[in-house]
Amino acid sequence: MSSYPVLDQKDTRSGFGAGLHELGKKNPNVVALCADLTGSLKMDAFKKDFPERFVQVGIAEANMMGIAAGMTIGGKIPFTGTFANFSTGRVYDQIRQSIAYSDKNVKICASHAGLTLGEDGATHQILEDIGLMRMLPGMTVVVPCDYNQTKQATIAIAEHHGPVYLRFGRPKWPVFIPADMPFELGKAQRLVEGTDVSIFACGHLVWRALQAAEELAKQGVKAEVINVHTIKPLDSEAILASVKKTGCVVTCEEHNRYGGLGDAVAQVLTTHLPTPQEFVAVNDSFGESGTPDQLLKKYGLDTPDVVAAVQRVMKRK
Amino acid sequence: MSTTASAAPTQKADVAELQRIASQVRRDIVRQVHGVQSGHPGGSLGCADYLTALYFSVMHHSPSPWDMDGKGQDLFFLSNGHISPVFYSVLARSGYFPAKELATFRKIDSRLQGHPTTHEGLPGVRMSSGSLGQGLSVAIGAALAKKMNGDDRLVYTLHGDGELQEGQIWEAAMFAAGKKVDNLISAIDYNGRQIDGDVDDVLPLGDLKAKWLAFGWDVLETNGNDMAALLKTLGEAKSRTGKGKPVMILMRTEMGQGVDFMMNSHEWHGIAPNDEQLKKALEQLPDTLGDY
Repeated sequence: MSSYPVLDQKDTRSGFGAGLHELGKKNPNVVALCADLTGSLKMDAFKKDFPERFVQVGIAEANMMGIAAGMTIGGKIPFTGTFANFSTGRVYDQIRQSIAYSDKNVKICASHAGLTLGEDGATHQILEDIGLMRMLPGMTVVVPCDYNQTKQATIAIAEHHGPVYLRFGRPKWPVFIPADMPFELGKAQRLVEGTDVSIFACGHLVWRALQAAEELAKQGVKAEVINVHTIKPLDSEAILASVKKTGCVVTCEEHNRYGGLGDAVAQVLTTHLPTPQEFVAVNDSFGESGTPDQLLKKYGLDTPDVVAAVQRVMKRK
Repeated sequence: MSTTASAAPTQKADVAELQRIASQVRRDIVRQVHGVQSGHPGGSLGCADYLTALYFSVMHHSPSPWDMDGKGQDLFFLSNGHISPVFYSVLARSGYFPAKELATFRKIDSRLQGHPTTHEGLPGVRMSSGSLGQGLSVAIGAALAKKMNGDDRLVYTLHGDGELQEGQIWEAAMFAAGKKVDNLISAIDYNGRQIDGDVDDVLPLGDLKAKWLAFGWDVLETNGNDMAALLKTLGEAKSRTGKGKPVMILMRTEMGQGVDFMMNSHEWHGIAPNDEQLKKALEQLPDTLGDY
């Protein structure tokens, strides 16, 4: 897309690491906890410059979540770092009771989410985490789309009081959000304006949605692309405003088709504006080993899949 | 009575006064559970002496003004949240909220939920508990925050013995010793009983003292239903803080302590007395501070 040139190729987890380091400099209450994945989460810079505010917990994620909850008592703003699988499913009850129900100001930062984790395979490729976290009352769920936005989101969530789930990933990915583009929690971003279909995407698949929009433009289809980086609270206003104009919807996410962005959007639409919708998401299965590109293709999350979903949904208008 | 804990007066007077308070706390426990015909009297009665000692003698704390951060205060975390009746009683009796609110225990629209929660804004409660095994981790976090804040007050916890079957406890045990969290005093309600029966039958804990020592804790043992022994042990525990190790008190207690027909069994873990049983129980527990 000419309006979104690729600025660089960087991993979103490095955006988290950069944002965390910046927070370390400007907010003395920010503390970081890690369960033996400091390098993988790109938390080294924070650890090096703020060792007194870095807690290495070891391979004990349940304990890490509890310690993070406890550190809020005394005014700290804890950021926990581990893989998305170990940040959610493994510690769901700890998050539910000690963090969400206790309304603790903990930022759960989760890397290596989704299929694009790649070769490690299905044990680590959690595809259910957005759903798990969305279901917790009071939890904010943020899925930024590139390096720059992950850095912005990391900084933004420190300003928000309350539990947050921040989801990002492992692979190098196009950087296309200008570093100075405003970021506001809970406000979706319209990246491309269109009138024929609304494509709502989050995380890595925002880039795929932009590519699909470019492809569709060649076919004369004007797709609107909206980056829903905050899945909870969902920007219903932006969703409804777009859908009133386009009359059909495709949602794109690196997640199971159940419980994620697609469900969240569908819930808004069925309540306020019933609209044909297609889901670009994993079809209720586990992943497997492979390269990120191979996996996105095999599991139906690639650019041609977005294009095909648009073509299907437009026929249902 | 004094509404806030202060420096312990002479041990002898203190013991008698604390025993009087504990008697009222036990009345509150059985009356709360009876009032709603639901709740956990057994473990609550067994820990009445420990919580009374903490809130009325050992801990430096002030119910007013209450705030979540508790800077400059000793903090207590109840990990075995099902014994909420004893926790609510000592909080009310030490001034965190009116004692008459104990009558709302487990009832609709109450701040006194079945298991303690911060969700309803009840003063004195800093974490939700009930799902077992989580409180030690939270207490460690609070203790670390105190160290970072230059706050030299202490963090206390209580856990059930059955709760030690949860794996997270041992993650936390390893961390607290490994990272020298030495502003932490934990206690185990070592009554040997859990819902399904004796702990030794359900899943034996083995040599608990050896286990905590092996994890690197400083370990004390006491009789959790002997007020004088408790005060002495808690004093000793305090003197051992700040020396590089977290402190564990293995506290032998009797489930149902103070009400004869509730003792020597796990049966009263989670059932409520009927009217006649309440009457019999209250006959054994002098009304010392006035029922709510």
